[in-house]
Order: sequence, then C-alpha cells, then structure tokens
Amino acid sequence: MNIHEYQAKALFEKYGVPSPKGAAAGSAAEFEAALARLPEGPTMVKSQIHAGGRGKGVFTDGFKGGVKYCRTRAEAGEIAGRMLGNTLVTVQTGPAGRKVQTVYFTVASDIRKEYYLAILLDRASSRPVIVASTEGGVEIEKVAHDTPEKIFKVVVDPAYGLADFQVRELVTRLGFSPSEGKNAARLVRSLFAMYSATDASMIEINPLITTPAGDVLALDAKVSFDDNALFRHPEIVALRDLNEEDPKEIEASQHALNYIALDGNIACLVNGAGLAMSTMDIIKHFGGNPANFLDVGGGATKEQVVAAFKIILGDPRVKGIFVNIFGGIMDCNVIATGIVEAAREIGLKLPLVVRLEGNNVAAGKTTLASSGLTIVNGETMADAAQKIVALVA
Amino acid sequence: MSILVTPETKILIQGITGDFGGRHARLSLDYGTKVVAGVTPGKGGQFFEHGAHRVPIFNSVADAGRATGAAVSAIFVPPPFAADAILECADAGFDLAVAITEGIPVRDMVRVKRAMQGGRTRLVGPNCPGVVTPGTGDKSFGGCRIGIAPGYIHKKGSVGVVSRSGTLTYEAVYQLTTRGIGQSTCVGIGGDPVNGTSHLDVIRMFNDDPETLGIIIIGEIGGTAEVEAARWIRANCRKPVAGFIAGSTAPAGRRMGHAGAIVGGTEDTAAAKIAVFRECGIEVAATPSDMADALVRSAEARGVVLH
Repeated sequence: MNIHEYQAKALFEKYGVPSPKGAAAGSAAEFEAALARLPEGPTMVKSQIHAGGRGKGVFTDGFKGGVKYCRTRAEAGEIAGRMLGNTLVTVQTGPAGRKVQTVYFTVASDIRKEYYLAILLDRASSRPVIVASTEGGVEIEKVAHDTPEKIFKVVVDPAYGLADFQVRELVTRLGFSPSEGKNAARLVRSLFAMYSATDASMIEINPLITTPAGDVLALDAKVSFDDNALFRHPEIVALRDLNEEDPKEIEASQHALNYIALDGNIACLVNGAGLAMSTMDIIKHFGGNPANFLDVGGGATKEQVVAAFKIILGDPRVKGIFVNIFGGIMDCNVIATGIVEAAREIGLKLPLVVRLEGNNVAAGKTTLASSGLTIVNGETMADAAQKIVALVA
Repeated sequence: MSILVTPETKILIQGITGDFGGRHARLSLDYGTKVVAGVTPGKGGQFFEHGAHRVPIFNSVADAGRATGAAVSAIFVPPPFAADAILECADAGFDLAVAITEGIPVRDMVRVKRAMQGGRTRLVGPNCPGVVTPGTGDKSFGGCRIGIAPGYIHKKGSVGVVSRSGTLTYEAVYQLTTRGIGQSTCVGIGGDPVNGTSHLDVIRMFNDDPETLGIIIIGEIGGTAEVEAARWIRANCRKPVAGFIAGSTAPAGRRMGHAGAIVGGTEDTAAAKIAVFRECGIEVAATPSDMADALVRSAEARGVVLH
C-alpha cells in the first residue's frame, strides 16, 4: 500500500526523521490556514499523487510542473490553485494522469548538497538493506548504472538490528562533515526504527539534503507498506487513499479477486497467480493483447465468476474473454456451472473461450457444451489462446 | 528415491482443525499419505476423524513429534500466527516445515529465516502448494502429499519439478503425466519474496537424486533466484533441464498476485531471466503449454529416456 508524501512526512515527524516544515490542503479554502502555519518566505508547492516524476510532470491544461518553488506564501497559494483539481501527467502515471486532490506546502530549504537514502528488503539475503548515495535528486537507477561505486549498501542483521558501526560507516562513506554526520546518523537510526515498526516495504528519500546550517533533512518521501502486515496497523490502513486506486481493482478486492487492468482487449479469468500471469503471456505470444490480470484464487465460486465477468466487461476495450482454469481440487463442473450462469445473468455477447482442466473435467465440458451459449472449448492453453486471439482479430 | 520426502514419511499438520488445514488433511489421507498427527494448541487429546482414520491432535509440535516420531510438518496456520508456528517446528528439531499459509508479513519471514539459519530444519514456502512425492498406486496414490496440490494428477517417475507458482506446477505435472512421464518429487517453493528453500536448493537436491533424470524449473518475474539457479545448473548439472518464466507481459512496478512477483529493476524481468536460462543451456518453454515438451526435447538431445 502506498501513501502520499504529506502522510509520509507526518510519520517522519512521529519517528523523529527531520524534514522541512510543511502543511497540506485538500481544498482552496484550506490554503490560507495551511500557509499560515509556515513562515513567510520561499515556499514549495507539491502536488500529492501516488506517482514519481511530479516535478517534470505536465498538467492536462498545459500548466507545467507538479512541484514548484515560490518566493512568497501568496505566490504559493496562487500556484496551488492551478494544481488542485487539475490532472497531472508524469512518466509514471500513464497518459491519463492523476487528479491532484491535495497540495502540500513546505518551507523551501537552502540546499548545500543532495543525497539519496532508502530502506527496503534485500531479496538476495532476505534482510533489510539501507541504500545510500552521494548522488541525490536524480534517478537512482541511472546512478546505479553509470556510477555504481557511488552507491553504498548496508545489510541489517534482523537478529541484532541496525548496529552503530554500520551507521558510522554509512555516514563516513557519504562524506558528511562531523556536525552533519551526527544529524545524519540520528536520521538513519530513526528511519530504520520507522521501517521496522510500521512494516514498511520501502522508504525512499530522494533527495536527502544538507543545509548550510548543517541540518540534514528529508526533502521528499516515498513510503509503501507490506500489504500482508496491514492487519496489525490500523493507523496505516487509515492513510489509504482510494482516489489513487483503480475503482475496478477496489471492486475486485471486495470479491477476493486479484485484478489489475492492462491496455489490451482480451480479458482473462484464471485461477492462480502464476497461471494468470502466463495466460497473459500466452495471449501475447499468439499475437493478442491481454486486457487484464485476474486471479480468482484457488476455489472460484459462481458469485466470484459473476463479479469477475462484470468487472471485466466494465472495461470498454474488452472484445473477448479467455477463461483458463486448472481445477486441481475444485470440481470443474462447479466452475462450468458458474461460468454458464454468469454468462446468462449478464447476457454475455462477446466471444468466450474456456479452457478447463482437472477434477471432473468431462462433466464440466458437457455443462458448457449443452448450455446453449456460444462457448468455445479450448483443449490446451495454447489452443485456447489461439482461438480467442482469432476471435477478437 | 525422491527428494525431501518419501511415501513412507510421517507428517503432522499444524492447523488441522481449521477449515483449510482440515480439508487438505482429508485429501492427504485419501491419497494414502501418512498423516500421523495434528497440532492445535488447546485441542490436545482430541482426534481428527476421517473415514477409518483417527488422527491424534496435540497441543504442541514437540509433543506430537515425541509421540508419533513425525519430523515433517505441514503448516496451515493463519498469517498472524504462522511465523510462530514455523519457529515452533524448528524448535522441536523437525527435518522439514512446509508452510502453505499465504499472506505472512515479510518482516515476520525475515526474522524467521534468520532464526532458522544454521539450524537443522528446512523450510519450504511459505505461500506455496507444498511437496508431492507420487506413490505407485492408481493415480499415484500411496504417495506423500504435503500441502494443497491435487494428488491424482501425478504419476511416479523420473522428473523433478520446482516452481514458485501452484497452478503452473499442476499444469507442468499434468502435461508430463498425460505424456506418460512421471515425477520423482514436485516442490512448490512459494511466491513470497522471503522463502525458506530456493530454486537452487531444490535443483541441487534433484541433481543429487539418482531417481531424478530430468528437471523442470518454473519461475516468475521478481528477484534473481532463477538466475542464480540457472548459473549453477550450467556449472554443475548434467541432467536435462527445461524452464519457464511467467510474467513477460507484466507491467513494471505492479505486484502480480504473488508478493514476490513484481518487476523492480532490469535484472528481474522475464526477458532477462529467459536470456540467462538460454545462456545456461536450459531448454526454454515458449509458452506454458510447452513445458513438458521442452523437457522432452532437452532429454532427447542428451539421449536421456524419461519415464
């Protein structure tokens, strides 16, 4: 689960990670009160959406920049008015962009130098890793590619936690002055405490800055959490912003379906995540384009199939449906009955190819064939994929 | 032989009185697996009854192990308590813990993995279909089924299957069985970013197992475990190996069902992994329908007869 920068900064404050003073506003009426909480002077205005590349983003009305520097609070209020309610398109949002529903004002800091700092899981060692670089404010992927020697990693032993010598080593390698180093060390320890306490899956600060006064501040904050751990963090769940999520994905999750929209025209309904991914792959392999990833889980019920069909058909680009079920334990005939009832209930007009395999498959195929509906039988995944690709072509 | 478990292996089930654990305990008993104990704290002394089977339930893994001699456990405990269940199994000195549970917090698994490091207990999973060593009976009955895989699709034979995904494993097994080719052992290692046993661990065991003549390795986007296994195969494995990687069409940054299936960088994409597979002499299945045929091609090229 992702949160906004302003929410992340509030968590930073709670855990003692310093960042520039800021205030958020969800409507123009709140601008004045929010700005009144900041001192007069240079102010940043930052669009709050769950996507990176905001600074270089362009709004759909032509206004440039989702993050702006303003010399005064009054100017910040004006600029915020251009952003709020407007739709920001960045490299990460896709062409549709995201509507800005909150703006975040912060004091514009004097920057001496920019750094990069992140904490995430190191999959190779199955331990948390702190990643830091002297090259902040730029794309870290580019730094890793061009100058890997400028990236430092500290892997944390979960049995011991973050050790002081590791913090010292990190601070030394980043080349902080002694006074900055003290502040940076405190920030790193606080950030790691937050990572552990909140079950974060990633915390990224880019840039982390030093100021001429020797302060070390998190200028930006990108924080995501482990979905599996949300059950023990109601305070984090409360930060969820449904405006940032695809309504079809939200609807799907209410039916215990795992749905992700893609941009093709062949909808898929599959049991199991691995099989669902490879169903998308095989459609592509035979020249088609998958419209979605949809995993109905181990045991699909009729209600789930109906809900899944409705979600799939909510996408106007969909021109055909590919149902791929390997019913290992579950009864294929129950699935087949569910498919037939779902197709009838919603009056399905689009081509439907069903590949059914597994337990009681013969009865399932008979149910499909005798339904009176136009359901094309796919013998194997490859056969079914070729058939649906041909039908939507 | 087989790897990890044989048809004679006695297993216990943690969470046997839950819906999920109970359903699969019955299916394993029907398959002929030696389910000798269940563990549910507070229900010790009761029995799990299914047909003629009467499986004793214990309060702790240690008690169950002592009383029955079981040293292998299948864990069906809900996510908030699963890490503790795995640790209990390790503390009891078991040989193998197979964690089926989906949705265990990553931080819990990080700690569990660290705690088990250097210990005697091997963990398979979590979020996995489990382990099957097929038996010699009709539809492979009489085998050892730990977890949630459909037993009847298997056939005793010579191919080892290792995969992160459940249904893709069944797909591969079914393709093999319908071609008359059986399996030595099938291992689902799970779709989570932190798991106990890696592709490479299983590949090493298959390589050392004289009964395993060919291997199918099924991977996904995310992480670099498949790459590590492929490089080892190139250097050490003389058996025919076929591979498939799911997620060629998955967009970057989106989690595809499994917590571990997410493309983060350039190294963990399907294309990158497939390229490494090819480089390492693994016969790549062009589509998921081609997994068994890919292995047959690789075996024929090396003059290996699979059965």
